[in-house]
Amino acid sequence: MAEEVILLDYWASMFGMRTRIALYEKGVKYEYREEDLSNKSPLLLEMNPIHKKIPVLIHKGKPICESIIQVQYIDELWPDTNPILPSDPYQRAQARFWVDYIDKKTYGPCKALWSETGEKQEAAKMEFTEVLTTLDSELGDKSFFGGNEFGLVDIAFIGFYSWFRTYEEVANLSIVAKFSKLVSWAQRCLKRESVAKALPDSDKVLKSVSDHRKIVLGLD
Amino acid sequence: MGEREKVKLLGVWYSPYAIRPMIALHLKSVEYDYVEEDLFGSKSELLLKSNPVHKKVPVLIHNTKPVCESLNIVEYIDETWNSSGQSILPSHPHDRALARFWSAFVDNKWFPALKLATITKSEDAKAKAMEEVEEGLLQLEDAFVSISKGKPFFGGEAIGFMDICLGSFLVLLKAMEELKGEKLFDESKTPSLCKWASEFFSDETVKNVVPEIKKVAEFLRELEVRAQSAASRS
Repeated sequence: MAEEVILLDYWASMFGMRTRIALYEKGVKYEYREEDLSNKSPLLLEMNPIHKKIPVLIHKGKPICESIIQVQYIDELWPDTNPILPSDPYQRAQARFWVDYIDKKTYGPCKALWSETGEKQEAAKMEFTEVLTTLDSELGDKSFFGGNEFGLVDIAFIGFYSWFRTYEEVANLSIVAKFSKLVSWAQRCLKRESVAKALPDSDKVLKSVSDHRKIVLGLD
Repeated sequence: MGEREKVKLLGVWYSPYAIRPMIALHLKSVEYDYVEEDLFGSKSELLLKSNPVHKKVPVLIHNTKPVCESLNIVEYIDETWNSSGQSILPSHPHDRALARFWSAFVDNKWFPALKLATITKSEDAKAKAMEEVEEGLLQLEDAFVSISKGKPFFGGEAIGFMDICLGSFLVLLKAMEELKGEKLFDESKTPSLCKWASEFFSDETVKNVVPEIKKVAEFLRELEVRAQSAASRS
């Protein structure tokens, strides 16, 4: 029943990656539709009139917007396969807290890292480094953010890993050398089929962003 | 749940965000100790220890374990005391997604626009922000009509997650209306939201929890005076 679940998405979106991972984890068949962000489809505008953004999950004709809300929805509808949120209320609150932290603290700097230059880019570099430092410390010696099991916080952050090379090249930001724990964590996540399928090639992201900077933004 | 549990809430009386867990705890009849933080003086050791990442209120401390971020705390309260009182989040996954979507809209889009409109000195920025606020109210009106299906609250017959999220701002909004003499909720534009607002204020739990509008208006007046004198000194 693939037509029951449709995902409107953009291949390089770390937010779209979250929903893709969740769907793969649950073994849910879905139809993927690539959106051209410079020319959004009528369906996208109809299904997400408030924000007009991807990803949009359409299930039996009804839209669910916002990636983490989609992931929770998917987890609640298909609870028995590969649970994404833990069952203990305190662990769940911890997971939601860290996802909220990631969303609050990365959205601004991550865009500026590749779309800005000079002072604005430098400020974004500092902000993003602070986020990585905090997450690195929160991860500690655990295999995943929630402990031994892959879960919500991992899903929320792993998509950013496919952008690390881009941030390093375009913003001259040291990530892989400085945050070895996070890199090991990312490799661990990539061993999961859902993550390997959902994440794009890092070099492809870099090429796309570099081209965009040159051609559309007129930078470098 | 045999043992008496220790529940503490760190908050400030005027914050809409702190009101949210208070409403939730009252709905579940959970006894708790309330600690008023002094955000203008210095934050307590307990606050800094319990919320090292953001250092903000509200923080719920349940048997010494802290939970931060107001809506996160409300979900935690709903899940932990799931056999008492009413359910705060809806039961169907799609309804839960809608409740989370609209509360994210209020917190991440609508209220920031209102805040900007209030504090900005630029007339252009204020006009633009107010446009967003008014558009948002119309969107919330539509959402309310669609979600409530004729019942008094977003949550149906009783207040739920989205009511708590938007309702927690109502006292602040009414106080701002009193202060500025400008009405935010216009009955001709958002009749259902206006009706919802008065239902929310009439709710027994809400009445016991929210601060008085006059007190908040006085507090906002003081804040403005402080800001003005600080600006004239610099």
